[in-house]
Amino acid sequence: MSILGKLAEKSWLTPSAAGDGVDMNTGPEPAAKTALALFIAVLTSIFFLFAVGYRMRMHQPDWEAISDPGLLWINSVALVLASVCMHFARKSALSGDIRGVRYALTLAGALSIAFLVGQFAAWGILRESGLYAVQSPATAFFMLLTGIHALHLFGGLVVWARAAARAWQGIEVKRIRLSVELCTTYWHFLLLVWYVFFTLLLLT
Amino acid sequence: MAYVAIADRDHEHELHDPHTFITKYVWSQDHKVIAIQYSLTAIFVGVIALLLSGMMRLQLAFPDSFSFIAPQDYYQFVTIHGMIMVIYLLTALFLGGFGNYLIPLMCGSRDMVFPFMNMLSYWVYLLSVIILLTSFFVPGGPTGAGWTLYPPQAVMQGTPGSSWGIILMLVSLGVFIVAFTMGGLNYVTTVLQARCKGMTLMRMPLSVWGIFIATILGLLAFPALLVSAIMMTLDATIGTSFFMPAVLEAGMQNDHEGGSPILFQHLFWFFGHPEVYIVALPAFGLVSDILACHARKNIFGYRQMVWAIVAIGGLSFIVWAHHMYVSGMDPYFGFFFATTTLIIAVPTAIKVYNWVLTLYEGDIHLRVPMLFCIGFIFTFIHGGLTGLFLGNVVVDLPLSDTYFVVGHFHMVMGVSPVLVVFAAIYHWYPKITGKMYNETMGKWHFWFTFLGAYSIYLPMHYLGILGVPRRYFSYGPTEFIPESAQAMNVGITYSALFVAAAQILFFVNMFMSLRGKKSDPNPWGATTLEWRTPQHPPKHGNWGPSLPTVYRWAYDYSVPGAAKDFISQDEPAAPGAEGFDPEHPNG
Ligand code: HEM
Ligand SMILES: [Cu+2]
Repeated sequence: MSILGKLAEKSWLTPSAAGDGVDMNTGPEPAAKTALALFIAVLTSIFFLFAVGYRMRMHQPDWEAISDPGLLWINSVALVLASVCMHFARKSALSGDIRGVRYALTLAGALSIAFLVGQFAAWGILRESGLYAVQSPATAFFMLLTGIHALHLFGGLVVWARAAARAWQGIEVKRIRLSVELCTTYWHFLLLVWYVFFTLLLLT
Repeated sequence: MAYVAIADRDHEHELHDPHTFITKYVWSQDHKVIAIQYSLTAIFVGVIALLLSGMMRLQLAFPDSFSFIAPQDYYQFVTIHGMIMVIYLLTALFLGGFGNYLIPLMCGSRDMVFPFMNMLSYWVYLLSVIILLTSFFVPGGPTGAGWTLYPPQAVMQGTPGSSWGIILMLVSLGVFIVAFTMGGLNYVTTVLQARCKGMTLMRMPLSVWGIFIATILGLLAFPALLVSAIMMTLDATIGTSFFMPAVLEAGMQNDHEGGSPILFQHLFWFFGHPEVYIVALPAFGLVSDILACHARKNIFGYRQMVWAIVAIGGLSFIVWAHHMYVSGMDPYFGFFFATTTLIIAVPTAIKVYNWVLTLYEGDIHLRVPMLFCIGFIFTFIHGGLTGLFLGNVVVDLPLSDTYFVVGHFHMVMGVSPVLVVFAAIYHWYPKITGKMYNETMGKWHFWFTFLGAYSIYLPMHYLGILGVPRRYFSYGPTEFIPESAQAMNVGITYSALFVAAAQILFFVNMFMSLRGKKSDPNPWGATTLEWRTPQHPPKHGNWGPSLPTVYRWAYDYSVPGAAKDFISQDEPAAPGAEGFDPEHPNG
């Protein structure tokens, strides 16, 4: 039933049979997925508001654009590849192929770590070019946006590390499938966020 | 593999039943224990905030008579009072307290879907409270920036607590938001995924609806506070200029340039307005259920009530700038926000009409919870009407930052939700403790609180119309403020101290009744599931061996032809218990 249909139910009309109109799907899997979807909504709100803050602050007269380090392009490619690997890990998990899960998952994590190292290096480049000064709002925002994004990816890596360790311990595929699916969703989301932020940084 | 709902894994639950005192009452993962932990902590900080407001009132009535209230103290009291009341008391109590207790019981689940995260949520909340209270003991004391924490003054010298206090405040808020998010994900997921058989969305009691939508608002709005807290912390510590403009401070230019204080205001109120509904919506829900129960009538217009909650939730995200009319804005912008502000009054008014119509021709039992609910209808209408005044730009400009605003928001967001908190505590106390309190004492508590609160906040509207500004330590000889205003201030202070003292009645009653007489398992004859637990008060796992099945909505009161004047939600339809169709009352 559509959500509007559900909200239109005349619940005072007592149905004859027990439990008519049950509309939930219980179980640990969907609960975790629902919670992740909600969490992503929360994060979307956070990232969106940072982006809005950036756009509004830009209009102040003291704003001077900075040139973004070219390294960001390489980092972006790494993050795309990490997401692709996650995708394969999920596919393998769904088809019950534990070896596929192990390799794809490990590779995805390694690429994500490479991305984080690259982001850190980009900060170094900014610092060397003398643009590090916190007084420059563009630099401050650059650090803020990349930093917040990196922090969330780092949080994801903590969950990833657990999942990867369990995958290598020779656990049954179906017991790790949920973790892999959740990681994949989270990685795709962070990739999307990165692309929005990156575009924003490039355009300004 | 067939899934086994968490809520259905009975045998496992037996195994995990907590046995030691520590796992049962301290590191408990039982939603009912967590609810009580949340509530007691919230009420504890609430009492601190109440004492702070008493000090403020003393200063306002008798300026310069108390050596222990210096100007900077006054500002710190104002700030911490407001912050505690809005966030650490009301938000935590409605969602962490009532949400935790009622959602699983009313939805027929064994617990929240992620009990461990739920437990963590409480302990992180406690940490945020401790950080907040620590700020009283650091050099410079807590921040005195006002609960809105506007930059640039919040982080500038001269504002009390501009070095340590403000940082602790921002950190504490960040920690609170983490706690809230952990709890909130739980509440929403539990409502969506762990209802018992037969509990469709539209059979949920309105309490659950109010808490559910308020939690979603919180999940989406608290990020704005988090974002502004992070950026302000950076401004205050490492010297960025997100919000801080260049200001001359003691004749010297500060280290900042170009930051936008208005940006902060937008972010703050993008959180701040939904926040008022985070507090209001659970109150709306609880009131609806308590009214229906004690009026022995189905709630009038159940579907409208649900839709109104959802509509208010949505609209509350597009009205925030009505707090910023005096900050200067494009006139079209002001026009837009005035319009949305007036539109949100429509679903709000619908709810008020429906409460009143629920009472109409009801079999009203004026028991303590009912008295508090009726009191709520009065104060809420009052505060809602003054909100309409303030929503209009031209009316708001002279009234903004005066005591009129203080009167408005205390009526609507101070007194009203607190009356509902009391109503709910008196209503569910027998369920939670298994004991019955002293009703006479409860009624005295109501009349003292209700009339006393009115005599505090009603006069404030007059002060506001005279132009008396808010957040002033003392007024001194001010031309446009007549002598009589000071007399009024003295009166208000007496009322405030009286109301504060009257709360002792409540605490004594609640405390003494713990050893008092046993209550009936369903003393009010309520229909909702929490009154149907096999044990009274409910034990870990709530439902014994099998979950309840729901056959009807939550408002089958006084059904014609039925044996009793209420039919519980889990009673199957039988001849004589078909339920009542309000659209065809005569069958
Ligand atoms: C019909 C509904 C309402 C309208 C039209 C309305 C309108 C307004 C307006 C325009 C202001 C800004 C006044 C100023 O600063 O100049 C205001 C302040 C406020 N309102 Fe309302 N309001 C409504 C309902 C509520 C409700 C339901 C709550 C809380 C439960 C609430 C809580 C507050 C608070 C806390 C403030 C003051 C914030 C501060 O400046 O510290 N209002 N309201
Ligand atoms: Cu508002």
